[in-house]
Amino acid sequence: MDIFIQQVMSGLATGGIYASLALALVMIYQATDVVNFAQGEMAMFATYLAWTLMNAGLSYWVAFVLTLAIAFVGGVVIQRVIIRPVENKPILTIVIVTLGLLVILNSVAGWVWTYLQKPFPTPFPREPIRVGTVVFGAHDLGEIGVTLVSLALLFVFFRFTPLGLAMRAAAQNPLSSRLAGIRVSWMLALGWGLAATFGAVAGIMVAPILTLDPNMMGGIQIYAFAAATLGGFGSPVGAVVGGLLVGVVENLVGTYVSFIGTELKLTVALAMIIVVLLVKPSGLFGRTHVRRV
Amino acid sequence: MSRRASLILAVMVIALAYSLPIYMSGFRLFQFTQVCIYAIALMGLNLLTGYNGQFSLGHGAFYAIGAYISAIMMDHWQIAYGWTIPISGLLCLIIGFLFGRPALRLEGLYLALATFSLALAVPQILKYFEHWTGGSQGIVLTKPKAPWGLKITEDQWLYLVTLTVAVIMFILAANLVRSRVGRAMVAIRDNHIAAETMGVDSALYKSLTFGVSAAYTGVAGALSAVAIAYVAPDSFNVFLSVTFLIGIVIGGLASVWGNVLGALFIQFVPNWAQDISKAAPWAIFGIFLIGFMYAMPYGIAGAIKRLWISRVVSRVSQKQGGEAVSSQHQAQSPSR
Repeated sequence: MDIFIQQVMSGLATGGIYASLALALVMIYQATDVVNFAQGEMAMFATYLAWTLMNAGLSYWVAFVLTLAIAFVGGVVIQRVIIRPVENKPILTIVIVTLGLLVILNSVAGWVWTYLQKPFPTPFPREPIRVGTVVFGAHDLGEIGVTLVSLALLFVFFRFTPLGLAMRAAAQNPLSSRLAGIRVSWMLALGWGLAATFGAVAGIMVAPILTLDPNMMGGIQIYAFAAATLGGFGSPVGAVVGGLLVGVVENLVGTYVSFIGTELKLTVALAMIIVVLLVKPSGLFGRTHVRRV
Repeated sequence: MSRRASLILAVMVIALAYSLPIYMSGFRLFQFTQVCIYAIALMGLNLLTGYNGQFSLGHGAFYAIGAYISAIMMDHWQIAYGWTIPISGLLCLIIGFLFGRPALRLEGLYLALATFSLALAVPQILKYFEHWTGGSQGIVLTKPKAPWGLKITEDQWLYLVTLTVAVIMFILAANLVRSRVGRAMVAIRDNHIAAETMGVDSALYKSLTFGVSAAYTGVAGALSAVAIAYVAPDSFNVFLSVTFLIGIVIGGLASVWGNVLGALFIQFVPNWAQDISKAAPWAIFGIFLIGFMYAMPYGIAGAIKRLWISRVVSRVSQKQGGEAVSSQHQAQSPSR
C-alpha cells in the first residue's frame, strides 16, 4: 500500500508537468486550431536559458522569474514572426512550420549548449519527507505545489481579468470580438506567450529529474499529447485532469505491469493516444464538433 | 510539361543515373545509393501526404519495419537479400493497410499527432524485442557481392540494384497517380465529400493508399538495411520521419520528380552543413522547411512547373493577343 501511495504521488508530480505542457498545447489549440509540435522544444530552450542565467550567478528564483518573462516574450515573437504569416494556410502548412521550429530550436540548443547532459538544480530540499511509513520526494511535492499555484494563477487570469476575458473571447469568436474592439491577432500572440511561459515552468520543473539535454522534452511532449488528447484538445480543465491521470497511470503501469517496466513507457503513451482517438476522439472533457456540410 | 517532354527527360535522367558508376565509386557512389533509397521512401510518403492529403509524421516507422524485416530474415534465416526486399514491401503493405483502417477515423491534426507519437516510440519498441532486433546493439549484416562473376565492386552492384528498384517503383507510381485510382486519391484530398458523391469509396482508397505508401517506404527501408549492412534502433528516431517530410516539402508535394529532388536535398545538404557544426544540418533543414512553406509551398518541382506554366500561358496569350488585334483590324477596316 505504501508503494502504491508513493507511486501515485510521484505520478501526480510528473502528471503536473504533463498537465502544464498539455495546457500550453490546449491554449494554443483553442485559440488557433493549431497543435504546436514545437511546444516541448520551446520549453527545453527556456530551461537552457534558466540554466545559463543561474550559471551567470543569479539565484534560483530570480532566474526562474526572468526565464518565464523571456519565454513569454519569445512566445509572442514566435507567433508574430513565424506563425502569423501562415495563420490562414492549410493545417499541413502550419504543422510543417511548427515542425521546422522544433528542429531549429533543437539544433540551436545543441549548437550553443552541446548535447552533453547537464545537471539542473532544484530549489526544494534533497531529503525526502516522511509521513508515517510513506516517503515522499521533496522535489515531487514541490513540483505539485508549483503546478497548482500556476494553475490557480491561470484560472484567476482567465476568469477575473478583462485581458483574460478578451483572450477567451478572441479564441471563441474572433469576428464578434473584433467588432467589440478586441485586437484578436494580438490576443493570439499573448496566448502563445502564455503557452510558452507554461512550457518553461514544465521544463524547469522536470529538468532536475531528467537532467538537461536538447532531447529532454521529446518523451514529455508525447505524454503531453496523450494528456491533451485524453482530456480533449478543446478543454483546459481536461488537459490538467488528463495530465495528472496520464502521470499516475504511467507510474502505476510501470510499477505493477512487469513486462512494460520503464522500457516501453513511450509506447504506453502512444497506445493511450490511439485508443482515446479511436474510442472518444473528443476526449473526456472536449465537445464533439458537429460540422455542417 | 508535355507528356513527351517529361518522358524524354525521364529517359535522360535514368540513362545518366545508370552511367554514374563509370565516373565515381566508393563513398560517392554509396551516397547516390542512399539518394535512390530516400527517393523511394519519399515517393511513398508523397503518395500519402501529397496525393491523398493524409498526414504522416511517422513514416520512419515503416522504414524501420522494412529495414528490420529484411535484416531479421537475412540474419536469422539466411534468406537471400533479393527476396527480403519484396517480402518487406508486401508485409509493410499489409501493416500499412491495417494501420490505415483506424487512421481513417483520425482527420488532419489528429492523424499527425498519432503518427508523430508513433515516430517517437519506434526506437523504444525496437529495443524491447531484443531477441529479434538485437536490442540497442542492432544487427550487423554482410554486404552482398556482385553475382555472376561481374567485375564490379560491392558498392557499384548495390547502386545498380537500388537504382533498378527505384526506377521500377517510380514507373509504377507515375502510372498509378495518372490512373483512375490516382485521380480518386487526389479527389479525396481536394474534397472527400464531393469525391464520395461521385462514387469514390473514400475509406477503401484511403487505407489502400496508406498500405501502398507504407510498402514503398518499407522497400526503401529494406534496401537501406542491405546497403548499409547494419540496423540499429536509434537511427530510426523521430528525426528520420521529419527528414522524410522535409524531403517531400522541399522536393514538391504531389509530384513524382519532386521526390528525386527532395532525396538529393536530404542526402547532400546535411553533408555540406556538417562542416559548420554537428547541429547545423538540422538548423538549416528547419530554416528551409519554414522558408519553403512561405515562398514555395509546392516545393522545387512545383515552382518549376509554375514557371513553365506561366511561360506557356504568356506565350499563348501573346499569340491570342496578336490574333485579337488583327481581327480587330479586320473588323474595323470595312467601316473605314
